[in-house]
Amino acid sequence: MKYVDEFRDGAVARGLAAAIAAELQPDRRYSFMEFCGGHTHAIARYGVAELLPPQVRMIHGPGCPVCVLPIGRIDQAIQMALDQGAIVATYGDTMRVPASQSLSLMKAKARGADIRMVYSAADALKLARQNPQREVVFFAIGFETTTPPTALALRQAAREDLPNFSVLCCHVLTPSAITHILESAEVRQYGTVPIDGFVGPAHVSIIIGSGPYEHFAEEYRKPVVIAGFEPLDVMQAVLMLVRQVNQGRAVVENEFTRAVTREGNLAAQAAVAEVFELRERFEWRGLGEVPYSALKIRPAYARFDAELRFGLGYTPVPDHKKCECGAILRGVKRPTDCTLFGTVCTPENPMGSCMVSSEGACAAHYSYGRFRDIPVVSVPA
Amino acid sequence: MSVKPNYIRPIDFKHGRVDMNHGAGGRAGAQLIEELFARAFDNPALRQGDDGAALDMPAGHRLVMATDGHVISPLEFPGGDIGCLSVHGTLNDVAMMGAQPLYLAASFILEEGFALAELKRIVESMAAAARDAGVPIVTGDTKVVERGKGDGVFIATTGVGALPAGRRIGGAQARAGDVVLLSGSIGEHGVAVLSQRESLEFETAIVSDTAALHGLVAQLLAAVPEGAVHTLRDPTRGGLATTLNEIARQCGAGMLLHEADIPVQPQVEAACELLGLDPLYIANEGKLVAIVAPEHAAAALAALQAHPLGRAATRIGVVQEDPHGFVQMCTRFGGRRVVDWLSGEPLPRIC
Amino acid sequence: MCLALPARVLALLSADEAVVELGGVKKTVSMALTPEATVGDYVIVHVGHAIGLLDALEAERTLALFAEMAAAGDAAAAAAQAQAAAPGGGA
Repeated sequence: MKYVDEFRDGAVARGLAAAIAAELQPDRRYSFMEFCGGHTHAIARYGVAELLPPQVRMIHGPGCPVCVLPIGRIDQAIQMALDQGAIVATYGDTMRVPASQSLSLMKAKARGADIRMVYSAADALKLARQNPQREVVFFAIGFETTTPPTALALRQAAREDLPNFSVLCCHVLTPSAITHILESAEVRQYGTVPIDGFVGPAHVSIIIGSGPYEHFAEEYRKPVVIAGFEPLDVMQAVLMLVRQVNQGRAVVENEFTRAVTREGNLAAQAAVAEVFELRERFEWRGLGEVPYSALKIRPAYARFDAELRFGLGYTPVPDHKKCECGAILRGVKRPTDCTLFGTVCTPENPMGSCMVSSEGACAAHYSYGRFRDIPVVSVPA
Repeated sequence: MSVKPNYIRPIDFKHGRVDMNHGAGGRAGAQLIEELFARAFDNPALRQGDDGAALDMPAGHRLVMATDGHVISPLEFPGGDIGCLSVHGTLNDVAMMGAQPLYLAASFILEEGFALAELKRIVESMAAAARDAGVPIVTGDTKVVERGKGDGVFIATTGVGALPAGRRIGGAQARAGDVVLLSGSIGEHGVAVLSQRESLEFETAIVSDTAALHGLVAQLLAAVPEGAVHTLRDPTRGGLATTLNEIARQCGAGMLLHEADIPVQPQVEAACELLGLDPLYIANEGKLVAIVAPEHAAAALAALQAHPLGRAATRIGVVQEDPHGFVQMCTRFGGRRVVDWLSGEPLPRIC
Repeated sequence: MCLALPARVLALLSADEAVVELGGVKKTVSMALTPEATVGDYVIVHVGHAIGLLDALEAERTLALFAEMAAAGDAAAAAAQAQAAAPGGGA
């Protein structure tokens, strides 16, 4: 795969690891948060943690749209399908996320809910055209990357005047979440967040550009390096962050220049701006309510807003009392510090956001890295 | 007026459909069996037309029996269909015990309204697979369920085979120090099927690897002393990762794999990237894992590679002592990670 | 994460659609968000939509930078090893 395989070269990785090690100041520890699940996934799947010097610690942030989707939103989707007879079209990712009353979309389907897995928002439109006698709701999740295709679907629905199509909008925004991690009341409760810098989003930044992080880097004095999702991208970003820290700089740098510009994708931004507007507050699983961190459908498109059409109320559902996801997402605790980890809370039976998708901090550690918690019984030949 | 005795109009395999009469136990059902199943599967045992089959067993052997229900959507996919799959799947289960498969039984559950033309294609594919494998389908059954209560056709097959007395091959036999061999590249069956699903549609030259593996097993077992092969397993549902975790649990040891040695075709890799899936968890229907005593690993690998179905066989890792039973993997990138059980169904992801 | 991959544009089907290819796999995707893309370009594909273009020149530059950094890293590692091995070194 061109432009993929070259960025997974193990020999280059070893060289980059040595370069990082050579740059580190002795007696200093470096903690970086990779905001995105894409980076978490690359680190776990390729074993990047093993290549990084022990002085460098990666904190897995909340950047997985499935993980941060609150239970109350899944409940809404289930309610429309089970109680109101709608066809709910959804990306495969949301199927297994646990909801209230031991349900999930998959379990609701087993109880007769008409849930259809789609690969694209356009497929949800197709379902609406094929089933004119049924209500079809697209359960729209995702960060800025996934929002423009939903905007296109809404525009198309308006153009066709599709009477039976609507969208349950759960699109969320990255920069406000990053800010929230450093600023929220919970952080004060946990103490100082030991984050020296951020690996910034890859594909989100294709859409929004690198510009939106500049204010953040300046105001909070934290370096940000926007990086691609391949493992070499992550390692190069760590090297760039180490340099910024050593030099006392805190600016936005772009490692992912092959796809990210300062301005981002203007056509995509225009489509989003036409259809969506800011929500005053939105609940993130693990982070709680985050102001101006999500989008809602503009009044001009209100007839396609599932929340209005189905008269949905929102009821927040708290996570398990002992769940430490809030602290883990902020880098204050590690997955293994949580008493639920690997016992009550596993990928098959997730209790909190970090275990919900394979990109969550806990699930990644459970599925890919938990052998590190016990004495190593062998070394690779 | 002349009346032709016993005349029945031949079944219309071009436009006809399965209806409830075909499963009612009357003339229509008998006719379907006669004109389709008996003709396609024809062999002396089946020809007897009795309720079961009386069969010969080689002396000094134990009987191995395996059964498998086959449900798949779509029914026909690049490289195969539910018919040949239902033969290969069960034969392979018998073969993975180290047994020589001898006979098959087949049970069909048909949905009312299912096109007879498609049924005929599937049955003929099944017959060809059994013929090629040299294992006759000696008895069977057909039932019809109402429209909406089936998915076209479900096929359950049972196979029996002969296991030489004293041969013990199974997951619990693997032990630390053994070498793990894989007969070829992974993920083709699952990707071929996924490529045809309505909501995913993509175009690839990948075809299912569905195949009967007992010939490959026989060649492997003949090349090494009795007792050298400890475990044989075909990594079907759940893929290679799940199969190895099953074996690790059975034998109470761990494994260490080398990602670079696990063959994956580039198109399988690309399709998996697109769908957010990992080839380690994708189903295979014509591959096997052999866990072999280290001193015989080279001979076993050579025997696999000498067979057309094992040409791309590789040594992918070792069994090692580990009370936690972790399957670990050195990544191509140079790191290390756990290869865990599959959790839930592998669903295409967007994030 | 947002799963997205670079794929080459093989053919434009209409104003809004194109067939793209990735590692031998072909898929029809929407081009509505990348109106400037033409045949031969690499686009980043996410949920059936091209969301941006891949700049080939920048990709080469990034890879060259990796190679340079890696070489420097290898050299630093070798030097550190040599120092550690030298008599009196590695203090």
